[in-house]
Amino acid sequence: MPEITPEITLVEAIPQALAYEMQHDKDVVVLGEDVGANGGVFRATAGLHERFGSERVMDTPLAESMIGGMSVGMATQGMKPVAEFQFMGFIYPAVNQIVCHAARMRNRTRGRLSCPIVYRAPYGGGIHAPEHHSESTEAMFAHIPGLRVVIPSSPARAYGLLLAAIRNPDPVIFLEPKRIYRLVKQEVPDNGEALPLDKCFVLREGSDITLVTWGAMTHETQQAADQLAHQGIQADIIDVATVKPLDIDTILNSVEKTGRCVIIQEAARTCSVGAEIAAQIGEKAFDYLQAPLRRVSGYDTVMPYYKLEKQYMPSVKRILNAAHELMEY
Amino acid sequence: MTTVANFAIDYRQYLNEHGEVNTKLPDFANNSDTLIQNYQDMVLTRTFDLKAVTLQRTGKLGTFPPILGQEALSVGIGSSMQKDDVLVPSYRDHGAQFQRGVSMQEVLLYWGGDERGSNFASANAKDDLPISVPIASQYLHAAGIAKAFQYRQQKRVAVTFCGDGGTSEGDFYEAINLAGTWKLPVVFIVSNNQWAISVPRDIQSGCETLAQKAIAAGFTGVQVDGNDIIAVREASLNALEHARNGNGPALIEAITYRLGDHTTADDAKRYRSREETNAAWQREPIARLKSYLVNIGVWNEEQEKNLQTQCAAKVEKAVKAFLDMPKPNVTEIFDSLYAQLPEALIEQREEAISEASS
Ligand SMILES: Cc1ncc(C[n+]2csc(CCOP(=O)(O)OP(=O)(O)O)c2C)c(N)n1
Ligand SMILES: [Mg+2]
Repeated sequence: MPEITPEITLVEAIPQALAYEMQHDKDVVVLGEDVGANGGVFRATAGLHERFGSERVMDTPLAESMIGGMSVGMATQGMKPVAEFQFMGFIYPAVNQIVCHAARMRNRTRGRLSCPIVYRAPYGGGIHAPEHHSESTEAMFAHIPGLRVVIPSSPARAYGLLLAAIRNPDPVIFLEPKRIYRLVKQEVPDNGEALPLDKCFVLREGSDITLVTWGAMTHETQQAADQLAHQGIQADIIDVATVKPLDIDTILNSVEKTGRCVIIQEAARTCSVGAEIAAQIGEKAFDYLQAPLRRVSGYDTVMPYYKLEKQYMPSVKRILNAAHELMEY
Repeated sequence: MTTVANFAIDYRQYLNEHGEVNTKLPDFANNSDTLIQNYQDMVLTRTFDLKAVTLQRTGKLGTFPPILGQEALSVGIGSSMQKDDVLVPSYRDHGAQFQRGVSMQEVLLYWGGDERGSNFASANAKDDLPISVPIASQYLHAAGIAKAFQYRQQKRVAVTFCGDGGTSEGDFYEAINLAGTWKLPVVFIVSNNQWAISVPRDIQSGCETLAQKAIAAGFTGVQVDGNDIIAVREASLNALEHARNGNGPALIEAITYRLGDHTTADDAKRYRSREETNAAWQREPIARLKSYLVNIGVWNEEQEKNLQTQCAAKVEKAVKAFLDMPKPNVTEIFDSLYAQLPEALIEQREEAISEASS
């Protein structure tokens, strides 16, 4: 009988990948707040505690600097901790450990020690969450030499990229767009196949305009592209996925083809990943551009508490406006 | 070998779980009017809390952290403070906030996703901090506020709360260490409700008591039955007086129980037993104070009925005012960002206005 692969959501793909890797690699352990019996506040570690026990799925005391720093210690001894921060907004007490140690250990010891850690965190807005639960500060981490920053946007990419992140010998900040945790279901075979890190994914091909995005915004971007297609405008959609290090070649190839580019991100605009992409396009594809670059982003404000979060986040309409502006340029 | 340090942690309880007095009461508790006032405030807090959960269930409020079971602690501490003290609350302290003059409407507005809920109208709460979501970060603010009082030679005290989970954070240790070193006028409350979401107290810390963490920081920590408002108030009145008189900080670990889910987004059935929760209901704070007041003859069923009606009416009024509030304008996300909006943001503000209106 052929095996049936059930369809799963992005948040279900996470424990599937974790379980696969824990099964095959004894050095992989999971730690964090409420990741054990509770299976994580979003259920992203569901079932792991029952299956692998408290030795490998550790409910830690409530302390992020500890989570960040003790992962560094374990990793220097060859273990592969996958540490969960309950929300990206609570990663900050650990920034010291991540920036001063995890990101630098290999370089400081000229390769003698390393930090194969995955720091996972749900991130982004749009779920009516309390204060501090909705920000998108991926650029803070993308700015730090020595880190990788990976953001999946579908169940299959979550599975494949998380496997790749765990197997990667350097620290990875793995940000899960929680707004789309349960948005779509997809067959994700549990075959242990990793996807390439450091590579963009082309989600849709078109010749008129390039839409570059990542995370939850891939969904608004796809809706915008559908509407553009009805109007006879064919968009390339690039899901950056690994925002650091940046696979600029895939983006440049598209921009050289279309001559127009809108970058769409939930994060605030200034000094963002979108700013970096725009700068590199400006440096490397200037001659191909037929219109200025446009960024559709959150504003340079504090991420508003949820009554106003919808007004903050880029909408399909804002993406369409930017695309039209460039097409008419 | 010589012993170079020794310590003991006192535990206080006056009203046991049946509302019986098991030791001589402190003076303030002989004034039944005070206790009746506390009782009424606890009942109002619970009425509000239950209503807030209902509002969340019906889509009218965002994620809400119920205070159910912790009313004695919250009301007891809040009511011990003097007007010009400063409250530095966590997210589960609305009972104390109400004592400070923060309105129910403001608390609803806040959990309704609106920053205006942290813009307290009451003159009494004008220096109080908004609730803090990043666990234990507020402990350091309280230390800083206390430093400001000390610097200005004011006889004021900062009072802050965190949970049992919060005592594991670096900020917790850094704050108590500073306060102990500088003898700051601050009272640290640890609301030990036995759970940090799904993580039970015994895997949060290897300490027998959380109060003894204060010893390591150089000052006194006590443990009280946090469901006994008399014990809570006695400890907090002492701690406040001690701090106000320049004798430095104090820490109170209040033993209580989170009877509800962590928040409305949580399902506690996944990680704790019904037996445990049922047993905790036997120790809850409101029934025990009520039975004490009834036993000493200062409270009866008729008063109780009136109180329930009054509380329901007050809460309904606040809910209506909350639901009737006009929605915030999108410009609000810009207008309180800086003292003056930088030039560079004016274009974005206009963009937001035109997006919102089109
Ligand atoms: C720095 C930080 N880390 C994690 C969280 C997520 N979180 C919210 S409440 C909570 C548990 C807090 O438990 P405790 O301190 O005991 O307080 P209680 O909720 O029981 O009142 C956690 C982990 C947070 N808000 N802030
Ligand atoms: Mg707790």
